[in-house]
Amino acid sequence: MKALVWHGTADVRYDTVPDPEIEQPRDAIVKVTSCAICGSDLHLYDHFMPGMEKGDILGHEFMGEVVDVGAEAKSALKVGDRVVVPFTIWCGECDQCRRGNYSVCERSNRNKAMADKLFGHTTAGLFGYTHLTGGYAGGQAEYVRVPFADRTHVKIPDGLTDEQVLFLGDIFPTGWQAAAQCDIQPTDTVAIWGCGPVGQMTIRSAILLGAKQVIAIDRVPERLSMAKAGGAITINFEEESVVERLNELTGGKGPEKCIDAVGMEAHATATLDSMYDRAKQALALESDRAHVLREMMYVCRPAGTLSIPGVYGGLIDKVPFGMSMNKGLTWRMGQTHVNRWTDDLLRRIQEGQIDPSFVITHSVGLADGPGMYQTFRDKRDGCIKVVLKP
Amino acid sequence: MAYYRRNSSADRMARGLGWFSIGLGVAELVAARRLARWMGMEEQAGLIRTYGAREVATGVGLLAMGDARPWMWGRVAGDALDLATLASAHHDGNPRRENVATALGAVAAVTALDVLCTAMLHREEATAWTPPRDYSDRSGLPRPPAAMRGAAKDAPIPADMRTPDILRFEPAEV
Repeated sequence: MKALVWHGTADVRYDTVPDPEIEQPRDAIVKVTSCAICGSDLHLYDHFMPGMEKGDILGHEFMGEVVDVGAEAKSALKVGDRVVVPFTIWCGECDQCRRGNYSVCERSNRNKAMADKLFGHTTAGLFGYTHLTGGYAGGQAEYVRVPFADRTHVKIPDGLTDEQVLFLGDIFPTGWQAAAQCDIQPTDTVAIWGCGPVGQMTIRSAILLGAKQVIAIDRVPERLSMAKAGGAITINFEEESVVERLNELTGGKGPEKCIDAVGMEAHATATLDSMYDRAKQALALESDRAHVLREMMYVCRPAGTLSIPGVYGGLIDKVPFGMSMNKGLTWRMGQTHVNRWTDDLLRRIQEGQIDPSFVITHSVGLADGPGMYQTFRDKRDGCIKVVLKP
Repeated sequence: MAYYRRNSSADRMARGLGWFSIGLGVAELVAARRLARWMGMEEQAGLIRTYGAREVATGVGLLAMGDARPWMWGRVAGDALDLATLASAHHDGNPRRENVATALGAVAAVTALDVLCTAMLHREEATAWTPPRDYSDRSGLPRPPAAMRGAAKDAPIPADMRTPDILRFEPAEV
């Protein structure tokens, strides 16, 4: 079969690889009908995330049709079912899964020992996202092996297009969880850093959950125009001061809830601290750029909440932790517990409350994937979200 | 917003010059006195060290920052400074005048490369610029956002994601 394969920094190729097969009784094989490039794939593309190996198949946002089912998954899935596959693989039986903490499933990471060593305790297995999270082949491919498939799926009813439901596998629940874990109240101002695909979903989620005011921060004009369309007040950080504008919009008190939808690759030319981060990163003295975290800690109203769906990979430097402690800020973060949210979100899509396909700006064949990685990474051609069709 | 395309020939050249800058800068930092002696500029060792620090900073900027152009302009300005400093040492009273001439030639060659690279980066920017797309019709919501505000207030937010009452910002009940 054909797949997008990681070969090194900024080197993704459309290769021929072996077809996946059922390896465990709870597996299923899914023929991919649509997949997407996620913002967090760019951390792999730029090789800021450790644990990638040449030959790894990328992709963790995908959906398709079940074409083969292992013996123990047959009670939940059958050939012909149309499914979205969550990027977090969950067993449904461990202590964490029973609590709904699917992104830290204790059993789905087959490289548990490696993750135990690095993180202290393992987190869940993820599709196409380094050997630290299991080294599973990803979904930017014609076929995918889905482990723990009896749990790790969202069944899609007839009448919905791929484009409407594809993002249930990642960016929609990720944006939703980012807003939900802020416990948004009708009096809240929610500031969101980053208007990429997750930021866009977060904006809509915050509006639907009833925030009084949603403020979106970015520098890319087309992203800002899409953010505005979703109901956000926008701040272009290259044109005005984020701190001053947020204070102005909140009567000097600061937003109650701040969301980092950027992660480890914060833009590196706007401020001195981000230049410092980027320089340290280039010299391998630091893994992540923490500008957004610092700015959130600074502007957030005391006793407010910081929500972090943006992906971080390792070490950050010069984070004013004392500021956070003294202001009594609550930090909430983590990979998305996808299936916690999907039943509710699927219903909202079916009822027409939201159509997540608004975010798609580019739809191309899988073979064009390598070029689209570069287009998406460099924010060229108005690119906000790429869907690939194998 | 500045346009820059990583992996273009201009960008690769800029990165190459970034590594060169770091290498030269480190050499100037650690061997400033020896370099100064070689060029008959013994009293200028401190200045050479300062130039070394400048080279390292410019090199890191070229490697680390997205838009290479300001850093390339920094290199061009630095080249001018180097040429002026070397020219001032290129006089009959300097017994190492020939070495200074060699250094002048090397810096002039690098200056030409820097100017070429800067011009290529600017040409790339000029040819690649397109007006930003307008996505103001892409709300994803069936009605205007103001009308959709709070439409999902009934969403099941689990207890572990609820804010403790004491940290809520709702107006205090009287």
